[in-house]
Amino acid sequence: MPPPRPYSLIAELSYQCPLHCPYCSNPVDIGASRYRDELRTDEWLSTFDQARALGVLQLALTGGEPMLRRDLVALCAGAREAGLYSSLITAGTLFTRARAEELKAAGLDHVQISIQSPDPEENDRIAGNRSFEKKIAAAHAARELDFPLTINCVLHRQNLGRIEEILDLTLELGAQRLELANTQYYGWAVLNQEALMPSREQLQRGEEAVTRFRERVGPKVDVLWVLPDYYEDLPKPCMGGWGRTAMVVTPGGEVLPCQAAATIPGLQFANVREHPLEWIWSASDAFTRFRGTNWMQEPCRSCPLGRQEQDWGGCRCQALRLTGDAAATDPVCRFSAHHEHVVSMRESAQTDEFVYRTMKPPAPV
Amino acid sequence: MTRPRLATGARLRYDEVREEHLLLVPEGAVRLNPSAAAVLELCDGERSVDDIVGVLAARYAGVDLGDDVRELLDGMADRGLLVDAAA
Repeated sequence: MPPPRPYSLIAELSYQCPLHCPYCSNPVDIGASRYRDELRTDEWLSTFDQARALGVLQLALTGGEPMLRRDLVALCAGAREAGLYSSLITAGTLFTRARAEELKAAGLDHVQISIQSPDPEENDRIAGNRSFEKKIAAAHAARELDFPLTINCVLHRQNLGRIEEILDLTLELGAQRLELANTQYYGWAVLNQEALMPSREQLQRGEEAVTRFRERVGPKVDVLWVLPDYYEDLPKPCMGGWGRTAMVVTPGGEVLPCQAAATIPGLQFANVREHPLEWIWSASDAFTRFRGTNWMQEPCRSCPLGRQEQDWGGCRCQALRLTGDAAATDPVCRFSAHHEHVVSMRESAQTDEFVYRTMKPPAPV
Repeated sequence: MTRPRLATGARLRYDEVREEHLLLVPEGAVRLNPSAAAVLELCDGERSVDDIVGVLAARYAGVDLGDDVRELLDGMADRGLLVDAAA
């Protein structure tokens, strides 16, 4: 059977970033020297062309901070030429009016700006730098140039109480979309789990506020509410299923089925510098290992709900982290023998102290 | 709906790989049949709904597609994909 056609390419242009968010999805060893060898402009452009030929329609230009790439205008122009719909996923601090105009002219389609909190001081504390005012200015610049604008806010214990302020700010900024993504525990978020894990009551109040907002505002603002895994008892189809809809290209050109896949030991990641993207997607080890359903163990194999092709077994990285086996059923699932791990994490100890994301090289072992 | 246009950031595209018409939107794509694509191509914020129906009637030998066109436009507007340039 031929592999499914991918819809999206997540291009991590650089792991450099002026912010220090404690839930960053980048690897915790981003300071390592091997991440400094970033793809050249022509290597990215070739990757975009190959992705379109495979069926990719959506390109996310992300990082780290994608605005730190000096060739970003050329990359946006190349994306448009390849026929991709491009989104810039930015912290906003470098998205000035002048640079926004250049990106618009080059063909960038959509801008997503992150906000850590609707409260300026809290935003700056979570981001680990003074950024709130620049983010607001960036959002205004995006709207003045008629970019469709998405506001993204990662939710956790320390900002969930402000969800109504986030909704109001989104409306005030004229954004068309708001992505409220409850923290997923990968990358730096694992180190900060005790500072981030919300209570069930916080989540319930948050969800109620979203429902009220949707009723009041209608389709003018599309609010995406991404449920936190740890309060679910059936897994999500992580990335739309392993190797089914999306691929991630790291700053150095490795192609991953998801941002956290590098945490799975023994997976071989092919690089766009050495292999055609078509081969990487259809035949490489990393993409074929957990594609489809043949790799599944019990209880997935004989799932009592017949959900094998709905949730595709959930998240491999989470299975690895909580059970020690990347091929196990995602323990978010109530049928997993390890589901208790997930339940107990809801009640983990609490702290307000963050371990901030840093580019400092990891301490030698 | 007086003078419909695509919502900010929505872009029509024919996907040669899948051989189908799509409306690309931020981080998503809406699959379109060829007749829906033909209607949306005419939604430029200048033409009225009657103009659009007229263009299609001329193209398809006088068939009155008015009800079908209005149903499509209302459905797309409810999903936030079309807006009224006159509003």
